Amino acid sequence: MHSMSVNVEGYVHSVETGGAVDGPGLRFVVFLSGCHLRCLYCHNPDTWHMKDAKKTGVAHLLNEVLLYAHYLKRTGGGVTCTGGEPLAQPDFVTAFFQGCKAMGLHTALDTNGFLGDHATDALLDATDLVLLDIKAWDPGVYKSLTGAELTPTLRFAERLAEIGKPTWLRYVLVPGWTDNLEHVTELAAYAAKLKMEKVEVLPFHKMGEPKWEALKLPYQLKDTQPPAPELIAHVKEIFVSHGLKTV
Amino acid sequence: MDRVAAQVSDKDVKYIGPAFAGTSWKHEINVREFIQLNVHPYTGDEAFLAPPTERTLSLWKEVRKLMDEEHAKGGTLDMDTDIVSTIVSHAPGYIDKPLEQIVGLQTDKPFKRALMPFGGIKVAEHACEAYGYKVSPEIHQAFTHYRKTHNDGVFDVYTKAIRDARKSGIITGLPDGYGRGRIIGDYRRVALYGVDYLVQERKEQGAALEPVINEDTIRLREEISEQIRALGQLKEMAASYGYDISKPAMNAKEAIQWTYFGYLAAVKEQNGAAMSIGRVSSFLDIYIERDLKSGLITETEAQELIDHLVMKLRMVRFARTPEYNELFSGDPTWVTEVLGGMSLDGRTLVTKTTFRFLHTLTNLGPAPEPNLTVLWSVNLPPAFKKYCAHMSITTSAIQYENDDLMRPYWGDDYGIACCVSAMRIGKQMQFFGARANLAKTLLYAINGGRDEISGKQVGPALAPITSDVLNYDEVLARLDQMMDYLASTYMDALNIIHYMHDKYCYERIEMALHDRDILRTMACGIAGLSIACDSLSAIKYAKVHVKRDERGLAVGFDIEGEYPAYGNNDDRVDSIAVDLVERFMRKLKTRKTYRNAVPTQSVLTITSNVVYGKKTGDTPDGRKAGEPFAPGANPMHGRDKKGALASLSSVAKLPYQHSQDGISNTFSIIPGALGKTNHGRKDNLVGLLDGYFMSGGHHLNVNVFDREMLMDAMDHPEKYPQLTIRVSGYAVNFIKLTREQQLDVIHRTFHQCV
Repeated sequence: MHSMSVNVEGYVHSVETGGAVDGPGLRFVVFLSGCHLRCLYCHNPDTWHMKDAKKTGVAHLLNEVLLYAHYLKRTGGGVTCTGGEPLAQPDFVTAFFQGCKAMGLHTALDTNGFLGDHATDALLDATDLVLLDIKAWDPGVYKSLTGAELTPTLRFAERLAEIGKPTWLRYVLVPGWTDNLEHVTELAAYAAKLKMEKVEVLPFHKMGEPKWEALKLPYQLKDTQPPAPELIAHVKEIFVSHGLKTV
Repeated sequence: MDRVAAQVSDKDVKYIGPAFAGTSWKHEINVREFIQLNVHPYTGDEAFLAPPTERTLSLWKEVRKLMDEEHAKGGTLDMDTDIVSTIVSHAPGYIDKPLEQIVGLQTDKPFKRALMPFGGIKVAEHACEAYGYKVSPEIHQAFTHYRKTHNDGVFDVYTKAIRDARKSGIITGLPDGYGRGRIIGDYRRVALYGVDYLVQERKEQGAALEPVINEDTIRLREEISEQIRALGQLKEMAASYGYDISKPAMNAKEAIQWTYFGYLAAVKEQNGAAMSIGRVSSFLDIYIERDLKSGLITETEAQELIDHLVMKLRMVRFARTPEYNELFSGDPTWVTEVLGGMSLDGRTLVTKTTFRFLHTLTNLGPAPEPNLTVLWSVNLPPAFKKYCAHMSITTSAIQYENDDLMRPYWGDDYGIACCVSAMRIGKQMQFFGARANLAKTLLYAINGGRDEISGKQVGPALAPITSDVLNYDEVLARLDQMMDYLASTYMDALNIIHYMHDKYCYERIEMALHDRDILRTMACGIAGLSIACDSLSAIKYAKVHVKRDERGLAVGFDIEGEYPAYGNNDDRVDSIAVDLVERFMRKLKTRKTYRNAVPTQSVLTITSNVVYGKKTGDTPDGRKAGEPFAPGANPMHGRDKKGALASLSSVAKLPYQHSQDGISNTFSIIPGALGKTNHGRKDNLVGLLDGYFMSGGHHLNVNVFDREMLMDAMDHPEKYPQLTIRVSGYAVNFIKLTREQQLDVIHRTFHQCV
C-alpha cells in the first residue's frame, strides 16, 4: 500500500457490520454516497448525494474493519463497497481495498458499471469480485429506468471479462420493466459469453419506499407489485439454461 | 453382562458395574474421570442419525394431545391439592406403559402438577387457586399451624429496607416465596455407582465429622442424614416402577433410566426456578457405544431411548402463579442440558449422543425444553458446528455458551444451571439471587433515594440532583453511592433467603448427588444495563434536561443532541457498560455472605425485562416510563444501528471475569440476512458464533426467523403449536407468551440487510 493512500478521504454514508447477501461469507458493507443513476426502485435514495455523507478517512475505516476481521475471515467473507455508486469515489475504494487485501480480506465491488471507466487497473487489482448490476438489457428501458445510458456498463462488463475478473451479474426483476423474457434471454446469452461466475436475480421489493417519502421524492413504482414466484423461477431458469449459476 | 467388582482396599464399598476403563473413579466418586477414560469423541457428521420409531411417534402423539389439552385449559391440565409431593408420595405414573422405554412421572398422572408447599404455602395455594383448584384444608392447616415454610422464615427476618426495595421493584424476582432451584445434582452418579455405593460413601463422610461438633458440623450432619434418607426414597421410588437401582446400571437403557430417576426425584420434591439436568449426553454415550458394539442395541434403538428421555424432560411441570409467569413467562422449567465442549486435554467431548440429543428436535419437532445448550469452542469438530447451525436455523431452539471462556474457570465437566450459570457438576452450587434494577438505581441517584413512581423514600436520603441539566460526574458519584446501598440491601436479602431455604426447603436429593464439601456462589444479577449505560452516555455526550413534577421528582428527560448508544461497538459508551458491571461486582464482593458463598453476578433478565420496565419511570436515555428494558445484556432495541457484528462486539466487551454467573445475549436474525443459500447460511452462522466467542462473548441465543411469522403466530396460534423461540437464556413456545411479551419479542432488533 502506498503511504499516500491512507490519507484518502471518502464520503461514507454508513456501514453495516455482518451483511451476508453482498458477496460470499459475512461481510463488512460500506455504503458510499453519490450516484449518477436515478433508478426508479432505488432502495437507498439517501445515498445519492455526497454532500449528505460524512467525510471519512480510509485509515479510520480500515481500523473499523480490523475489529471484525476474525468474523469475516472465518466465513471466507470480507468487505463490500456499495452505495450509492462506489466508482464515484475510485481513489477511496482503491485505497480501502488495498488496505483490506493487506489484512487478508476478500473484496467485492457492487457497482452499476456506469462509471466503469473510472475504475483504474490498480482498483481492479485490489478487487476480488465485482457484483455488476445490469439494470435492464434494452437500452430504452435502461434509460427510462435509470436515467442513464447502458453502453458504459456493457463496456465495463467486457473489460472485466477480458481481464478474467470474477463477476456476478445482479439483475433486479421488476414487473412491467425488466420482465421481458426476450430481453432476459439476450442478457443471459451475453452473461454466458462473458463467462460470469454467477447470476443473482433480485426480486423487486418496496422496502425503499419509506426512504423516498422521507426525502419527499415521488416514488413512481407505488403500484408495482413484487414479481410472482413463478416469474422469478422462470427468469432464473433462462439464466440456468445458458449454463449460468443462479441463486 | 457380568458385574466386575473392583478391588477397594480401604473402603467397605465396592464398584460392581460394567468393566469400564480406569480404577480410581471406582474407588471414589469421580464421574469426570470415568468420562475422560471412556468417552468416544465423534468428529463425523449427522448422517448416522435414525428417524423416530413407530413407538416414539405414537407416544409423542399422546403427549402432544395432552399438551394441547393443557394449553386449551389455560395452561394447566391437572393439579394435586391433597398430597404433599415427596420422592415417594405418588404411585407410579405412565403415559402409555407399553410404549414407554423410559418411565417415571412427577405424579401419578402425566401433566398433573404436584403440590410443593415447603417453599411457601401461600404461593402454593395461590398457584392452585389461579387455575380453579383449592388446597385441602388439612394441608392448609398443617402448613399454617404446624410446619413453617421457607417463605415464613424469610419474612420473619426481612428488614424494612429489604421490604421497601422489594416493593418498589428495585430488587425483583427474589426466590423468597418459591423454590430457588439452580442446583444441579450429579444424576449420572446414580447410574454409574448405584444408590448403595452413594449411601455408603455419605455414611463414611458423615462419620468423619464426629470429632468436632460445632454449628457448621451440626448442620452438615443433619443435611447428610437427610441426604441418606432421600437416597433411600430414591431407591424406593425406582422400585415402584420395577427397577432396582441399588447397583450400577449395566447397559444403556438402565443408565438412561437410572439417571432419569435421579433427576425425577429432584423434580418431585423441588419446584425450583430452574431444574437443570446437567451434562448427561456424553456420559450416556459411553453406555450406548458399549451396547452398540456388543450388538445389544441398534442405532434406531439408541435414538429411541434418547427420544423417550427427552420426551420425559419436555413434560416436567410445576405449579406456578400468574405473577411468576409474568416474570418468567411461557412456563419454563430450565431443564438445561449442556452439549459438546472440549476436554482439558484438547479432545472434543462431542459424541454421537450429542447429535442424538439435538436430533430430538427433528424427531419430535422443536420444543423449548430441555434447554439445549451447546458449549461452543472454536475447536469443536467442523461437522458438529455445521449441524448445530443447521438445527438453529431450522428450529431456533438452541443456545450457545463459550466453552473456551468457561473451561479455564470450571474445567471440563461443568453444567449450566438455568440459562447461563456455569458450575462444576456435583462439586458446586449456587444461591440464586434474581436481580437488581440498575436503571431504577440511576433514577434513585438522581432523586435522592425516592422512588420516581411512588414518591416514597426507598433508598438512602442522599441529596437529590437539582440542576436543570444533568452533570455526568455528579450523577456518577451519586450512582456510586446508591449502588453501595443496593449491594448491601440486596446481599442482606439473599443471605436471609438462602439461610431459610436451607432450613425449611432443603434440596436433599440434589445435594446427596454432590460432593459433601462444595463451592457455593452467591449469584447476584443486574437488569437494565443497557438503559443505565445509555442514560449515562446521554448525560455525558448530549445534554439531558430534567423535567420535575410537583413532588420535585425527576420524572422526564429531554435530550438535546445525540449520544453514542451501547450496541454499536463504540468504546465511548461500551466502556460505561463495562464500568457498571465491574463497579457493582466490586461492591458485591465486599459483602459478607451466608455459608461463605463466593459472590458472582449475571447480566440476565430472563423475560423479566418487561416487568422491570413496567416498574421503572422515564430514563435519561429517552426510554419512556413502563417501556420494557432490553433483555439481559442486549443493546436496547433499535439502537444498535451498525449491524450484527457491531452489536455482538459491544456485548462481548462485558467482562466475564466480573460477571461469572453469565452474560446473556439474545440474537435474532431473519433467514435471508444470514445468506442466500442454505449452505451459506450455515457457514455464516458458524462464523458468527466463532467470531463472537473468539471476541470473548459468553452466551448467545440464536433465533432465525421472520418477524412476519411471529405476527402471524400471534393471530393464529393454532397454526404454530411448536413454534419455539429463544428469549433471555431459555426457549419458549411463542404461543405461551403473554401478548405483551410477544410484542416485546417482535419489537426487538431483528438483524437484516435491506
